[in-house]
Amino acid sequence: MNAKKKRLIYNLSTYAIVVIAFAWCQFLLNNGGMTRSLKGQLVPICCWVIMAVSLNLVVGISGELSLGHAGFMSVGAFTGIILSGWLQNGMGMADETLRLVIAIAGGGLLAGIAGVMIGIPVLRLRGDYLAIVTLAFGEIIRNVMNCLYVSVEGRGLHIDFLNPSLPGKLLLNGPNGAVSVSKISTFTAGFILVMLSLFVVLNLTNSRSGRAIMAVRDARIAAESVGINTTKYRMMAFVISAVLAGMAGALYGLNYSTLVAGKFKFDQSINVLVFVVLGGIGNTMGAVVAAAALTILPELLREFSTYRMLVYAIVLIVVMLATNNPLLKQWFSNMTNRARGLVRRDKPAADGEGGNPA
Amino acid sequence: MNEDKRRQRTKMVTYPSGAVIPERDLGKSPVLECSHLGIEFGGLKAVEDFNLVLGRTEIAGLIGPNGAGKTTIFNLLTKVYQPTHGSVLIDGLDTQSMTVVDVSKAGVARTFQNIRLFGNMSVEDNVRIGLHNQIKYDMFTGIFRLPRYFSREKQQHEKAMELLDIFNMADLADAKAGSLPYGAQRRLEIVRALATNPKLLLLDEPAAGMNPHETEELMDNILRIRDSFQIAVLLIEHDMNLVMGICEGICVLNFGRVIAKGTPEEIQSNPVVIEAYLGKKKEAGQ
Repeated sequence: MNAKKKRLIYNLSTYAIVVIAFAWCQFLLNNGGMTRSLKGQLVPICCWVIMAVSLNLVVGISGELSLGHAGFMSVGAFTGIILSGWLQNGMGMADETLRLVIAIAGGGLLAGIAGVMIGIPVLRLRGDYLAIVTLAFGEIIRNVMNCLYVSVEGRGLHIDFLNPSLPGKLLLNGPNGAVSVSKISTFTAGFILVMLSLFVVLNLTNSRSGRAIMAVRDARIAAESVGINTTKYRMMAFVISAVLAGMAGALYGLNYSTLVAGKFKFDQSINVLVFVVLGGIGNTMGAVVAAAALTILPELLREFSTYRMLVYAIVLIVVMLATNNPLLKQWFSNMTNRARGLVRRDKPAADGEGGNPA
Repeated sequence: MNEDKRRQRTKMVTYPSGAVIPERDLGKSPVLECSHLGIEFGGLKAVEDFNLVLGRTEIAGLIGPNGAGKTTIFNLLTKVYQPTHGSVLIDGLDTQSMTVVDVSKAGVARTFQNIRLFGNMSVEDNVRIGLHNQIKYDMFTGIFRLPRYFSREKQQHEKAMELLDIFNMADLADAKAGSLPYGAQRRLEIVRALATNPKLLLLDEPAAGMNPHETEELMDNILRIRDSFQIAVLLIEHDMNLVMGICEGICVLNFGRVIAKGTPEEIQSNPVVIEAYLGKKKEAGQ
């Protein structure tokens, strides 16, 4: 099997996993086979999957450790909420789907602008330094959002910093966050957005630009010596990733009636990084599966009530250790080979762990 | 190509300026002109007063003991280091304000002493990355798979295969670059450099780690590349068989300074060179 064919199969199966999962969830929804709490998790799962796919672009494909990814999600979320609120209250737009589309596009756009602004200083750095500075920027974004007041009056929009006394209907109330947001996010929108982000990232990696990004990751000096503008391609990965995170943020923000900036703290960035690492750095399919699984896991662990997060942490440690165990890896690959062959005695191997296709 | 043809000596001629180039390159502007090139690292003069003129299709060698500053000169030519003295002209263009990327676009390609391949990617992708500025399409064409994407990808594939064929590596196209044997990795680096469509190819110890048979093959290949691409080659090498076999002009460095320049015959009989190489043992205590 040649490399091209292998890549095609990998890409198609990544799309297939998402499509099958979506169809299965729809089936359960229609037949009442889904618990209330799980139903509430459907949109967030889509958001975290997109976050994992987009962070994987920076961490796995571009090879830069970014710890401020939740910041871009936050920019997207609040932009989406403001846009939607303005369109609804100011412009009188009743069509929820159109509002959601505009909010998501706006969230992505603003997060992209934030990505460019942050990328210019941050991408002068490398390695650990870059990681620390992205962490700082994530915190700056959160703090800025905490002090932002936005209101809509007539067709106009009032935006102020540290000043809560704005005329009209308040959309964003500083540290109290967004209030009475109209919940317009849908699971279908989430599914489409997941497919879109996969489409962008998978197609990018198999193109001239994507190869340049990976070249910079593998050997920066050699990439420069063949005429690749390293800053341009690191920036490209960083900004595309920010745009996708912003879109996920808008979807996430419009799924709740209230949202505070504290929701996008540093630990959320780390959470997304956990998805990427668990999925196998650089492995988009792995990131998708890990993000979905780890978002559902705390819900499934509800019966442990108080010890829920403790069990979650232990499960995480065990899974990380297990997936890095060479013996177990061998067993997994044997299982997949057997599944590919004629004898199908057992269930095929789980998809959480796999090789890097690049 | 056989030994005899290789040994056939090029007639070297002297420019009025004193630079020596092969006779066949006379009348064409030189591809590289260094004058008084030098760099200091905090007071240490790593390279000093380096002058070199390369003809269009000349194969030249840069030799010298370890630490003489040979790789530093490559780094100066490709702007990895910014020279503190002197100038470099590539095809008549001053590189003073150029970056590493600009130098590549101006037509200089290089390989590295410690191999720097894109190890996680396939052999073909490594060559395709070399074609980055030759066969282009933008990011949106790539993401949204516009018709241009398919035609350009096809062009890239064909060109990459054609280049890999020079070293008979076409059947390795799908292999992971990092998993190739050492000699093949060195060859792949040369192919990747050639993909950038250079006028001047800088090879940093191309025969390091190769067995005598592979080195012989490499010598033939370097000559063949020069003839078919009509480019100049400047190489750093410790394998004297290779240097004396294919280089038309040789420049010997020691402690950052040029101690001798000339044809292989002249270098072999130069007492200063012999001292720098053989006298090293006697003076090792210094």
